[in-house]
Amino acid sequence: MAAGVAAWLPFARAAAIGWMPVANCPMPLAPADKSKRQDELIVLNVSGRRFQTWRTTLERYPDTLLGSTEKEFFFNEDTKEYFFDRDPEVFRCVLNFYRTGKLHYPRYECISAYDEELAFYGILPEIIGDCCYEEYKDRKRENAERLMDDNDSENNQESMPSLSFRQTMWRAFENPHTSTLALVFYYVTGFFIAVSVITNVVETVPCGTVPGSKELPCGERYSVAFFCLDTACVMIFTVEYLLRLFAAPSRYRFIRSVMSIIDVVAIMPYYIGLVMTNNEDVSGAFVTLRVFRVFRIFKFSRHSQGLRILGYTLKSCASELGFLLFSLTMAIIIFATVMFYAEKGSSASKFTSIPASFWYTIVTMTTLGYGDMVPKTIAGKIFGSICSLSGVLVIALPVPVIVSNFSRIYHQNQRADKRRAQKKARLARIRVAKTGSSNAYLHSKRNGLLTEALELMGTPEEEHMGKTTSLIESQHHHLLHCLEKTTNHEFIDEQMFEQNCMESSMQNYPSTRSPSLSSHPGLTTTCCSRRSKKTTHLPNSNLPATRLRSMQELSTIHIQGSEQPSLTTSRSSLNLKADDGLRPNCKTSQITTAIISIPTPPALTPEGESRPAPASPGPNTNIPSIASNVVKVSAL
Amino acid sequence: LSLWSDEWPLRSATPTPSPLVPDKIEDELEMTMVCHRPEGLEQLEAQTNFTKRELQVLYRGFKNECPSGVVNEETFKQIYAQFFPHGDASMYAHYLFHAFDTTQTGSVKFEDFVTALSILLRGTVHEKLRWTFNLYDINKDGYINKEEMMDIVKAIYDMMGKYTYPVLKEDTPRQHVDVFFQKMDKNKDGIVTLDEFLESCQEDDNIMRSLQLFQNVM
Repeated sequence: MAAGVAAWLPFARAAAIGWMPVANCPMPLAPADKSKRQDELIVLNVSGRRFQTWRTTLERYPDTLLGSTEKEFFFNEDTKEYFFDRDPEVFRCVLNFYRTGKLHYPRYECISAYDEELAFYGILPEIIGDCCYEEYKDRKRENAERLMDDNDSENNQESMPSLSFRQTMWRAFENPHTSTLALVFYYVTGFFIAVSVITNVVETVPCGTVPGSKELPCGERYSVAFFCLDTACVMIFTVEYLLRLFAAPSRYRFIRSVMSIIDVVAIMPYYIGLVMTNNEDVSGAFVTLRVFRVFRIFKFSRHSQGLRILGYTLKSCASELGFLLFSLTMAIIIFATVMFYAEKGSSASKFTSIPASFWYTIVTMTTLGYGDMVPKTIAGKIFGSICSLSGVLVIALPVPVIVSNFSRIYHQNQRADKRRAQKKARLARIRVAKTGSSNAYLHSKRNGLLTEALELMGTPEEEHMGKTTSLIESQHHHLLHCLEKTTNHEFIDEQMFEQNCMESSMQNYPSTRSPSLSSHPGLTTTCCSRRSKKTTHLPNSNLPATRLRSMQELSTIHIQGSEQPSLTTSRSSLNLKADDGLRPNCKTSQITTAIISIPTPPALTPEGESRPAPASPGPNTNIPSIASNVVKVSAL
Repeated sequence: LSLWSDEWPLRSATPTPSPLVPDKIEDELEMTMVCHRPEGLEQLEAQTNFTKRELQVLYRGFKNECPSGVVNEETFKQIYAQFFPHGDASMYAHYLFHAFDTTQTGSVKFEDFVTALSILLRGTVHEKLRWTFNLYDINKDGYINKEEMMDIVKAIYDMMGKYTYPVLKEDTPRQHVDVFFQKMDKNKDGIVTLDEFLESCQEDDNIMRSLQLFQNVM
């Protein structure tokens, strides 16, 4: 529950009056405000700088140093103030946390010093508000990286969990730096891509003349050598592709990915060529296919992050590129038309048609100016100059947008992963805080039941039971308890709810009121497997309570909250869970009362009877039976 | 320009509402009255049943959550929801808000807040019951009919959430309302008037006792 909202608790409780006429059951008693202190100012002296605040402000967070009794250790009797020998700058942030409920991280502060102070005051850094959380996490990560660089990083190699062969292979493919083998593979494939590309290029270079015939390109002169090189490269690429296909986590997705398509396109021409060398008609088409071999150069994008980003940029700037293209087209058509009609009059004009003028317009607008087509008329020259000037503008406008996009995307790519990781952690944090609040109520409900039952027994030492909850918390829980009573339903947590659902669909036990266990052995056997471990009592505990009372016998009563008699009936699994919840809090709950044994019935041996301390959180009908189970203890 | 919008996930984060653009009428109101100051402490002390110190504590808490001096329905719902993490407290908070907002302006000032609290915590039984009747009477026509009661009870059950024992069934609220009407509606005409309500509540010991429960809240 947020700090500032605690101040609204009186309002929420007052609003609960709206439930009263609707409720059918009586409401629980309100927790008494024992300490009716007036709100007082306390002085906190932090290394000489004095801060003052209300006591209730600090008590909003009882699980921190300042909110709990731990601060009494720092109380200075002479000056009647709390003295802390710590940094006053950071204390300012800490105190503001109590006041506003939000913890801020000042940017000028060193991250380790800040963490130390937070640890001293018992405040979790996760509470840092959204405004400062990213900064805090970034600085923390930088710090952690700095620490890691100092240590040896070779430990990482051995500490990897055993992955399957496929997984290691995939990892090796995606991160070449994970192992030397991967690195070798990475460089080998890179080398062969380069070899392949260079081969394609050199193939077409004229390679010196064979005497008696015209100049041949190298590809035809040394065709065997080139063929062998090509084969070798394609083998490597095929093997690589098949290995990647084998190691991919999802083969279907891998096949559809861009890189895989590039791989396939790079090696297909070779195989198609192998298959189709005999057929003369198709060989013409086959030659064209060799063009696709140039796609092998795109395989370099696995080796270069920048290339990938460029691809992403182009994809993402599709609209800007489209705009560029569109505006260029418009301008080209306009100017081509104008130039055509302007040059129509002149003789031997190269501007034979509008499409022919397109070439001139493009060359002029991009300021290339080849000079193969020039206007001769004056009007043509005027329009030509306007064309070149406007060309500069039209092209210059979208290009910086694309460039800045690339730069932005490049940097964002680095930060995107960071942000994604932070988001998951923060959502988890918020979820934990929310469930923490509801769990706190369920937890204290079980504690509270223990306390109530003990009050029935008349024991004064309630403080030993469980942990002391603050007044605000107990009031809040009382409010939730009233809501339960109004609706006649109870809050439980998720697992119990699911269990109940399963049970109610499975079986239909007749719920009995009789506390005797002997008639329901089935109940014990199915639900008490866990209980049997805990029981330490003697077998006489099966005695019904009434019999015991009638004998007026008092016995040593060991109240262990963990003991749950099999006397309560329905939903025994619910009781089991309650046991588990009670167990950690009831270590000190052993109460031994006096023994008087009136020797009337000889049959009863002194028994260490275990009685249930807490009432079972069941329907109201159980409560009278529990009350009857409580043995009356007379004072000695 | 729509030409330069693209769907890349990094850029298209959820649009944060600009602080200058009011989302709702209430925000606009909140903006125009920058700060509402309550009447003087003496006046409030005279009007309500609280002492000066109690009013001070109340105001500090109020001002913390609503620095502008008024609370609108959204803030009200958020604050109330913090007390009931299990379920959905928004409907009940809605009805509460309209019970607090006596002038139906859409915002609750500190004076309204404190006046209502004074009735609820320090008022006579009669006043408390009358306030509760006003809360149940959603359309403020002076009568409670079954639909209004159904809404209120449904809102209360919503606060319980899903994980309850025993499991909440569909017609549990309806049954609850039927029981209520059986008790309250004396002449069985399907509506409960203020007198019937007062009479029935005063006959029921449980209710009388529970009204005194929050006597020592402040």
